[in-house]
Amino acid sequence: MKRRSTFPSGDPRYYQIGVLSSLLCYGIFILEFGVQWQHAVAVVSTALTVQWLAGRAHGLAGFDPLSPLITALSLTLLLRTDSIVLAATAAALAIGGKFLIRVGGKHVFNPANFALVTLMFASDRAWLSSGQWGNTTLLAFGFACLGLLVLNRARRAETTLAFLGVFGLLLFTRALWLGDPASIPLHQLQSGALLLFSFFMISDPKTTPNAAGGRLLFGALVACTAFFIQFVLHQPHGPIIALIFSSPFVPLIDRVASGKRYAWRNPKPRSYESGNATLNKGSLP
Amino acid sequence: MKTLITAFVALTTLGLAGTVQAFCGFYVARADTSLYNEASQVVLVRDGKRTVITMANDFEGDVEDFAMVIPVPTFIERGQINVADRAIIEHLDAYTSPRLVEYFDPDPCHRVLYERQDMNSGIPATAVVEDAAKSARSRGVTIEASYAVGEYDILILSAEQSDGLIAWLNENGYRIPDGAEKVVGSYLKQDMRFFVAKVNLEAQAKSGFSYLRPIQVAYESSKFMLPIRLGTLNARAEQELYVYALTRTGRVETTNYRTVKLPSNVEVPVFVKDEFADFYRNMFERQTAANGNRAVFLEYAWDMAWCDPCAADPLSADELRKLGVFWVGNSDGSKLRPQPAQDVFVTRLHVRYDRQHFPEDLVFQETGDRQNFQGRYIVRHPFAGRASCDISDYEQSVRERQNREAEQLANLTGWDVDGIRAKIDFAGEAPESEEPWWKRLWN
Repeated sequence: MKRRSTFPSGDPRYYQIGVLSSLLCYGIFILEFGVQWQHAVAVVSTALTVQWLAGRAHGLAGFDPLSPLITALSLTLLLRTDSIVLAATAAALAIGGKFLIRVGGKHVFNPANFALVTLMFASDRAWLSSGQWGNTTLLAFGFACLGLLVLNRARRAETTLAFLGVFGLLLFTRALWLGDPASIPLHQLQSGALLLFSFFMISDPKTTPNAAGGRLLFGALVACTAFFIQFVLHQPHGPIIALIFSSPFVPLIDRVASGKRYAWRNPKPRSYESGNATLNKGSLP
Repeated sequence: MKTLITAFVALTTLGLAGTVQAFCGFYVARADTSLYNEASQVVLVRDGKRTVITMANDFEGDVEDFAMVIPVPTFIERGQINVADRAIIEHLDAYTSPRLVEYFDPDPCHRVLYERQDMNSGIPATAVVEDAAKSARSRGVTIEASYAVGEYDILILSAEQSDGLIAWLNENGYRIPDGAEKVVGSYLKQDMRFFVAKVNLEAQAKSGFSYLRPIQVAYESSKFMLPIRLGTLNARAEQELYVYALTRTGRVETTNYRTVKLPSNVEVPVFVKDEFADFYRNMFERQTAANGNRAVFLEYAWDMAWCDPCAADPLSADELRKLGVFWVGNSDGSKLRPQPAQDVFVTRLHVRYDRQHFPEDLVFQETGDRQNFQGRYIVRHPFAGRASCDISDYEQSVRERQNREAEQLANLTGWDVDGIRAKIDFAGEAPESEEPWWKRLWN
């Protein structure tokens, strides 16, 4: 039960944390989209505390700060609220949900996604700003590169590719049908929010199907749902809401298409590595 | 004796400041509606799916030539259309305009603080989607309804095919810009109708108005958007649009474009007071460019119940109702009663758009953000009275401030900093040694 003294360099979460932190800095200092540092502190500390408490309640021996940190960064990037209490609630919901809502030893919802959608529907003081990143080719390119870096590390790019592929196809098909110029679907695809979602939220290997085929199917499902929400129901934040509705299908897809469950680190036996890292061994979050 | 006089002056000014604040509307500088004479103003009242849109334009020309073709998401009945009083939109414009605030330095020899706040400036507006006009007969186009509302003749059109509609519009004398067919086709496939308004000359003559009043349409739709694509087909490269959103929960922003706060709370040199319109125009231009011509600017976000400082009084319940704020009760007519919280949040957005940078329509969402924001610029007058003590330190600090203000102004507007400095009345001696000699050696 001895704690490893160094982190394995192969863990893609380091890249993810690096990228999310850079995006956060870009958002705060360049785009100035009004993230208050008090909120960031509240979100990060609540996420870590809840992870620690829930880990102890589940009898996890160690404490792995990486996954809750990623969740906290995602929440800070995406959730907008003027209430610090709501910001902290989001973090508690995200991590709490991860421990409480589980099927077959896997948590069902992407933690940040679960918290965002729950708060968005439950409170009119919390919202998402899909437009906050703007639409520029350069930014889109940067997002994609950074995202691919993380995905390559995690070796699970199928969900993202399927989602972007199908969503893009739907957007272009719609434009073709409407007789719209290609600049419209391109503009829609260059949305920073969409790419952030594609590379950093839907790609979460823990809440996507185990088999590669399942992940392709899942990505396509989210894309179709997102399209429906955005262009048939005319509601904003299609992808984020679509993910929460699609997530319950993951256990079903896993039943049909079996595959190897994802482990953050190399699947050689780790004595304990708490949190998500232990998922390769069994039922712990 | 001097002390007494100074104290008197200070008190008077305080009293004045109090009056101004309570009166809530004292114009020092005004960038009036002639600022952009091609601008459109749209008021969007929205709660749930219920929407009331008011469209104002500053059409100047022969009213016979005026026509407006607007895609609307649903069929519109007669009762859903109204003409509004232009004065209410002017009031809303004034209330939400970026404002200039003025402070006076206290006598540095007496640290009595007093200030005077006020100001404003209206910024202006016009046509969203406008095309051209007249009539004859149809082909494949259904005139679903035709109404006479105020000085307007209004048609609600639907069509199977865009070419039919375009042909019909052309035959009827509406000048449709090139490339409109595809855009119209796209809207038709999205199940939108076309709302066509032109001026009924007789009714217009009877109405007694020398200008065209804003048209209002109330409808229910899950689409919270503003169609701008037809507007981008016009020959003019850029369109200027102001959107005032009146909502219940909080600030409105665009979901498919970035909404950026206009730089605010910046101290600028005193002479800006006389050039506020120019200042605003240049600043807006520069900010637009700095954001890649792709941003929508937030100029005001405030709870309609109050303001500080007020560029104009908040709108009354009556005015709000006339704009379509259906959840506000009718007022009892007593203007003297203090304004209760009206449960109305106002957002003022300003966007300069063209086809290249704004390829798709503006889509909005209402957020939970109730934080107040206003475009506010500050001029601070140095103490101009006779000092009773050595004020060289004060003057030094004022010169530093004035230099800072000059740089900020240059940053905001792109004006030449030397030109700005030349217009500043620097405190005390000339500021020769303010800047190291080498600073501008190579640039």
